[in-house]
Amino acid sequence: MEIPANAAATARVKIDMGIPAQNPEPQTPARIQIEGLNFFYGKMQALHNISLVIPANRITALIGPSGCGKSTLIRTINRMHETVRIARAEGTILLDNEDIFRLDVVRLRRRVGMVFQRPNPFPKSIFENVAFGLRVNGFKGSLSEAVERSLRRAALWDEVKDKLHKSAYELSGGQQQRLCIARALAVDPEVLLLDEPCSALDPVTTAKIEELLFNLKEYCTMVIVTHNMQQAARSSDFTAFMLDGRVVEYQPTARLFTNPSDPRTEAYLTGRFG
Amino acid sequence: MSVVMLSLTGLCALLIISILFFILGYLVWNGGKSLSWDFFTRLPAPVGEAGGGMANAIVGTLKLLLIASLMGIPIGVIGGIYLSEYGGRVFGFIVRYTTDLLNGVPSIVVGIFAYSLIVLHTKHFSTLAGGFALGVMMIPITLRSTEDFLLAVPRTLREGAMALGASKWKTITSVVIPAAYRGILTAVLLALARVSGETAPLLFTAFSNRYWSPGWNQPTASLPVMIYTYAIAPYEDWHRQAWAAGVVLLGLVLAANIIARTVLSRGIAVPR
Repeated sequence: MEIPANAAATARVKIDMGIPAQNPEPQTPARIQIEGLNFFYGKMQALHNISLVIPANRITALIGPSGCGKSTLIRTINRMHETVRIARAEGTILLDNEDIFRLDVVRLRRRVGMVFQRPNPFPKSIFENVAFGLRVNGFKGSLSEAVERSLRRAALWDEVKDKLHKSAYELSGGQQQRLCIARALAVDPEVLLLDEPCSALDPVTTAKIEELLFNLKEYCTMVIVTHNMQQAARSSDFTAFMLDGRVVEYQPTARLFTNPSDPRTEAYLTGRFG
Repeated sequence: MSVVMLSLTGLCALLIISILFFILGYLVWNGGKSLSWDFFTRLPAPVGEAGGGMANAIVGTLKLLLIASLMGIPIGVIGGIYLSEYGGRVFGFIVRYTTDLLNGVPSIVVGIFAYSLIVLHTKHFSTLAGGFALGVMMIPITLRSTEDFLLAVPRTLREGAMALGASKWKTITSVVIPAAYRGILTAVLLALARVSGETAPLLFTAFSNRYWSPGWNQPTASLPVMIYTYAIAPYEDWHRQAWAAGVVLLGLVLAANIIARTVLSRGIAVPR
């Protein structure tokens, strides 16, 4: 998409007004543009007028205390919220300038993959787990090549190449999570949403996954929800701090962590609440 | 205090197990004595003549269970899928509630239902009518347990499939059902085991037959009804045959269980 010349200036003005910046890195094309997003569970409003621009091939982290709406926001991007009967989203989300609410939901989810909080491999073999998305989407071509490519990208190939037809449940937790990443990568998504992908993993495994995500920037844009501020600081390019269903501040990660412009961000980062 | 509780619960467990083993042992002891090859291959002997078997009743029971399965399993399983995956609040509640009511209906009433629906119209007792009655009894058991096992499949598995672009139907058939497959199969077998011993619904539907049943549309012998007839007869020899039939019925249920478990031990189960 084209970036207006004065985008940076606009962004700065908005920060001064305490309203989140739109694109924290105007020179990078936007992959996702969220505009005026409101979200409701029944009568309870979970998100208030969210506007965010997610730059392509970068990692954007969403941080904030429990219940601030970061998971809700990420689940709206691939319309997973529609599986909850009383959930309702209003506003616009553009994926490459296309309105996601007008896209066919199956096609949207093919383009926007998701990795969940706990590893959730299917009760199938390792191979079938990765092949699942390809089969569902009527992939024509060599399944085994595609599966190998995805497993390599998820840095899991060497560990599983001799037991592709064993149950996915024989893998360790960290391997299962990388398998889930491989499964999501198999359909070549433009965007990968990660909903606290390391919260069930130990620090060593977490480090492996963070390294993996860094290397995946080549292939896709990532949005990661995390409880762990160190993780956001280490692995993301941009960070949005959310509170009570609103984006308080959205900045390049280094700036948000060293020099937050909103006192609430600073309070959260220094551990005064959350 | 914990010693008292331990011995109390242990005692109860022991009591229950010993009752169970007493029944089983008594049945096998009495039935085993009169079990012979003839029992499986020959027709019942005329009154006063010793020997004979219940080949027709064994085949009859299998035929009845086949019809019951053809009817009860699809309706039960598909209904269970509906309740767990699609069921709306009001309609789902109604279905669930009627199913539970149906589960509580005395089996003899189910027999009368099959009698008035099929026997009265076709004007004779038949395997079909008996199988129908047993099928009706299988529906609620299969349906509710299928629903339970599907609901036990973690929500994250469904989300994982849908996040990959699988439609709801595809998610159900390729992820949810395979994950719950063992449970559903167990439920089906439990339902089969439960109805295989039912006597009351067969009394005036399948009736009985001292010879081979000539067709699906004709009355047939079955093990439970044979046990009933033979056990209340005044002949010592018939009592022995009834015991043998009891053991065979038990063996049938046991065999189904063992086969199921061997099948179930293959494939991948979802850890809970």
